[in-house]
Amino acid sequence: MIEIDRIGFAIGKSEILNGVSAQLPRAKMTAIIGPNGAGKSTLLSLIARLIPPASGTIRVGGYDVQQTASDTLARILAVLRQENVIASRLRVRELVGFGRFPHTRGQPDAQDGEKIQWALDLMALSPFADRFLDQLSGGQRQRALIAMILCQDTDYILLDEPLNNLDLFHSRKLMQVLQDMAHRLGKTPVLVIHDINYAAKYADNILAMKQGGVFANGPTQAIFENHLLSDLFDTPIRIHQIDGQPVAMHH
Amino acid sequence: MTLSAPSQTHFQNDGQTVLPAVARRPTNTMPVIATILLALVLCILSIFTGVADINLAALFNDPQALWLLAVSRLPRTLAVVLTGGSLAICGLIMQMLARNKFVEPTTAGTGQGAALGIIIITIMAPQASLTVKMLAAIAAALCSTAIFLALIRRLPTDQPFLVPLVGLVFGGFVGAIATFIAYQLDLLQYQDVWMNGEFSGVMLGRYEMLWFAAALSFAAYFVADQFTIIGLGKDMALNLGLGYRQIMLLGMTIICVVTALSVVTVGMIPFVGLVVPNIASRMMGDNLRASLPWVAGLGAMMVLASDLIARLVRYPYEVPVSVVFGIFGSAFFLWLLFSRPTHAR
Repeated sequence: MIEIDRIGFAIGKSEILNGVSAQLPRAKMTAIIGPNGAGKSTLLSLIARLIPPASGTIRVGGYDVQQTASDTLARILAVLRQENVIASRLRVRELVGFGRFPHTRGQPDAQDGEKIQWALDLMALSPFADRFLDQLSGGQRQRALIAMILCQDTDYILLDEPLNNLDLFHSRKLMQVLQDMAHRLGKTPVLVIHDINYAAKYADNILAMKQGGVFANGPTQAIFENHLLSDLFDTPIRIHQIDGQPVAMHH
Repeated sequence: MTLSAPSQTHFQNDGQTVLPAVARRPTNTMPVIATILLALVLCILSIFTGVADINLAALFNDPQALWLLAVSRLPRTLAVVLTGGSLAICGLIMQMLARNKFVEPTTAGTGQGAALGIIIITIMAPQASLTVKMLAAIAAALCSTAIFLALIRRLPTDQPFLVPLVGLVFGGFVGAIATFIAYQLDLLQYQDVWMNGEFSGVMLGRYEMLWFAAALSFAAYFVADQFTIIGLGKDMALNLGLGYRQIMLLGMTIICVVTALSVVTVGMIPFVGLVVPNIASRMMGDNLRASLPWVAGLGAMMVLASDLIARLVRYPYEVPVSVVFGIFGSAFFLWLLFSRPTHAR
């Protein structure tokens, strides 16, 4: 479980998060949704200890992320931020292999090789495994980065807009993989996501944020309600049930 | 559903399938052997080039020739190899710390900082021992490198050319301070010794510090993965549980100590740290665990070749090796800036 307790964060004088408290359940996929500037990415970075909070505490699986050693946390949670400029010329397999670093500290064994191959296969990267990153398309590079995060094999997987640059096929496949990891392997993926219909289809739990605070937090079915979503985005949104799935009509 | 879901057995290794961990591609030993042979040839050429004629026969029956070899020729060749290898490694480490392919210690202020440090200590304590001068050079190099790395942190990461420009301006600025002080105090010739690297002054007893520089830069091999990860950025380094500050500090220390030692011992040789890592990067990528030995070897060989040219181009006189490498290096640098690799974006 991820326990967020009265987290405050500010950049200069502008307040980004104003005392956010929320609990994200274990072994469930949580989608963080909300309008631009709601503080979604900031909250994800705070959970992943990439930035320190101004106030409050965050516990991931019982570990206080500000108190726990970074290399211990690296075996508990993995995070992929939104913008990743990688100047290094690395092969896809090498990049994915660095996901094993928290476990091996540079001494990979056969089991690590197997995990690397598993992550490559999950993201359909085997045909490009020996290519350099600068020889890939944007979507392929995004998949390589996600594969590295999955290769880290942590209980908590934090992804900031992972569907960036991904086509329909790979978006759907990634969501299926993450859902599967939650339901069958007991992992806890937490995604910042803009396409609310992907959230509706695959997430078990939704954390809706607005203006630096929690707007709503609960099971997907409870959040997918006409008024709530319309108020969240200040846009008229109608929920239709198509094939038993809630689908948000917003354009 | 086309997805093959991850099965539980993949997480709990049942020992059924064992894939090789890293080395899937068969290592071709031919390039390694060819490189070592070429390096040996360069070394032998370097040892037997010089004003005094030394040949193999003389070594066995002429004690004078043997003495010359031990005191002058061999130390010089060793100094060239050690300097070339360690400067190339420093360039690579700096490029990882700065996350930019176009910087290196002598163009971004580290070398100039070291020179400024020596000038200041020379003025403040003219009688200071070489060790004290060395320490002053290292301290000043550290300061100047820290300022450079702090400066470029504010630059946008999607505009890689800003970083070397800021480096050139900053390095030029620090170098200008050193030159100004030297000019005012009539120390320009003195300063010239450090700014223009050359190996003609190397003798037994006057280059041994370079062994320490080389040992330090080769020690980087043990934290090669950490440096590669630093090159992926701060967030990625934190995500993988790396002690970001410690590795940054370690990298800076290696760069500054090696640069300062080589500036004090043989003088500044620009572009080695830029040209060599970039060639290696194009050839085999930036996974330091794999590329570091090549970078070191290539650096040694290129400086050996430049030193040979410097000694032969107007034989029996010498041109500073920094001039020779500077000509080739700056041409390569320009080519590098203008020829962008073909990206699939």
